[in-house]
Amino acid sequence: MSFLNREIVKFIALVVIILLMPILVHEGYLLNVMVFVGIHTMLALALNLLLGYAGQISLGQAGFFGLGAYISGILTATHGINPWLAMLTAAVVVTLVAFMVGFPILKLKGHYLAMATLGLGIIIYIVFNEAIDQTGGPSGLSGIPNLSIAGFIFDSDLKNYYLIWGFTLLAMGLSLNLVHSRIGRALRAIHDSEVAARVMGVNARLLKVQIFALSAGLSAIAGSLYAHTMTFIAPASFGFNFSVELITMVIIGGLASIYGSLLGAALLTVLPEILRAFHDYDIIVYGLLLVLMTMFMPGGLVKGIPSLIASIWAKSRKKVIPDA
Amino acid sequence: MLEVRGLTQRFGGITALEDISFAVTKGEITGVIGPNGAGKTTLFNIVTGIYAQTSGVVVLEGADISSLPAEKLAVKGLVRTFQNIELFGNMTVLENVMLGMHTRSHSGILACMFKMPWHLREEWIIREQAIEWLEFCGITDLSDQKASNLPFGKGRLLEIARAMAVRPSIMLMDEPAAGLNSRETVQLAVLIRKIRATGVTVVLVEHDMELVMDICDRIIVLNLGRKLAEGTPREIQENTAVISAYLGEG
Repeated sequence: MSFLNREIVKFIALVVIILLMPILVHEGYLLNVMVFVGIHTMLALALNLLLGYAGQISLGQAGFFGLGAYISGILTATHGINPWLAMLTAAVVVTLVAFMVGFPILKLKGHYLAMATLGLGIIIYIVFNEAIDQTGGPSGLSGIPNLSIAGFIFDSDLKNYYLIWGFTLLAMGLSLNLVHSRIGRALRAIHDSEVAARVMGVNARLLKVQIFALSAGLSAIAGSLYAHTMTFIAPASFGFNFSVELITMVIIGGLASIYGSLLGAALLTVLPEILRAFHDYDIIVYGLLLVLMTMFMPGGLVKGIPSLIASIWAKSRKKVIPDA
Repeated sequence: MLEVRGLTQRFGGITALEDISFAVTKGEITGVIGPNGAGKTTLFNIVTGIYAQTSGVVVLEGADISSLPAEKLAVKGLVRTFQNIELFGNMTVLENVMLGMHTRSHSGILACMFKMPWHLREEWIIREQAIEWLEFCGITDLSDQKASNLPFGKGRLLEIARAMAVRPSIMLMDEPAAGLNSRETVQLAVLIRKIRATGVTVVLVEHDMELVMDICDRIIVLNLGRKLAEGTPREIQENTAVISAYLGEG
């Protein structure tokens, strides 16, 4: 039980840090970056449940993210439906669609699963571009209203920061509960040995589909939040590149780690902003850093950072002792 | 208890098993032996729902289980262990056994996410019982180790603890003594008898003749995909067909 208490303390510490962050970062641009870190964390988390825990790849996550954004956007901007209701609709519809699509798709393994989900993501992307009547096509959909509660409208960066992070922290908390439960163990068991998991009575097929649906639904909520905070969406945000970026976040942050999802999302969102100092060479430096990180931190940031700190600390002690 | 009738398995042109029939009596330890390539592991994979047989039926306590997938069989009380131990390497020893309780617990994704009270109660029961099964197999001291760090012999014990956590009525063990040293094999024999004492019927495929002759009540001999003989250890030891199959017909 002491293990669980430590988990709770860790999570509360994170909540406090997130709540107090705007004291340091209150200016528009950086705060906007932090809003994106929140959205990306939610997406990386959704993918990590599937990829890190259950060991099933999805290259179509950006598609579900986009579906959430477009369902929410079209329902509110075109049809004038309440944004919260639109978000709920987006989450439910995308979860159900993913559940049904998941049954045939998750029969596949490895590269074939990657190909199938890739195809799914691309189909969704094409629909965003071609269904111009509904989506506005490549030029995007504008005029999406902000979310509001009883007249309080989430229309500034600071308000959106708390809105997005409220949802992200909730998603993280619920995911932490999930992975420390019988379902979480079953997911990791499927990852390690599907045949042994099945022999122990885990319905691997159904559970994989359920997690795929959960992951898609969570991505759709992130998409809906994105649409309502940006008030404008265009297909370019939901392409294949973004799916790959999400996978990179999960791997760099740490597979099968809730906090790793946050670290990966934070790094990959903040890093390109910092690297703008390198002007035209930023993409090279970015790539190089990712390669180095995967080489020297194979367990991701979540394992790499503590061991790095430990080794630096050990070295500094060694240096001190001979002097003394 | 467990009955196999007319089981045949073909892989392309190769007949791995041909018309195998036998019955396992409740509460007994039954051994399946035979030279390499006799079809023992194939037999296990069919009975445990991992392969689908070409023809024939498998009956468990009167119910036809021939076409059930592996995960349904665990619910029916049939579990197995693997020749090359299949542990969940990234999980702790305790978590491995806790997974064995999967069919005994029912909280869904939402109940787990929102920590519903019945789910918390269930988790507590899972943990308590898993610890008991670790004690049963004598590996309590390893409970927080990562399963992939266990030496082979301990891994075997963990696999048995995990299988027992399912609360099976019948356990199929695929070469449980493979890779164990002689001391570990003796401990294994004690453990298998202890398993039977809890009321679990045991079927094992094994190469270690000393172990088989020591603990089995009945033995079934396979050779080249056919059933060669069946009987008590003494009958099998005296069976000339069995002896010639093992030693060659010179």
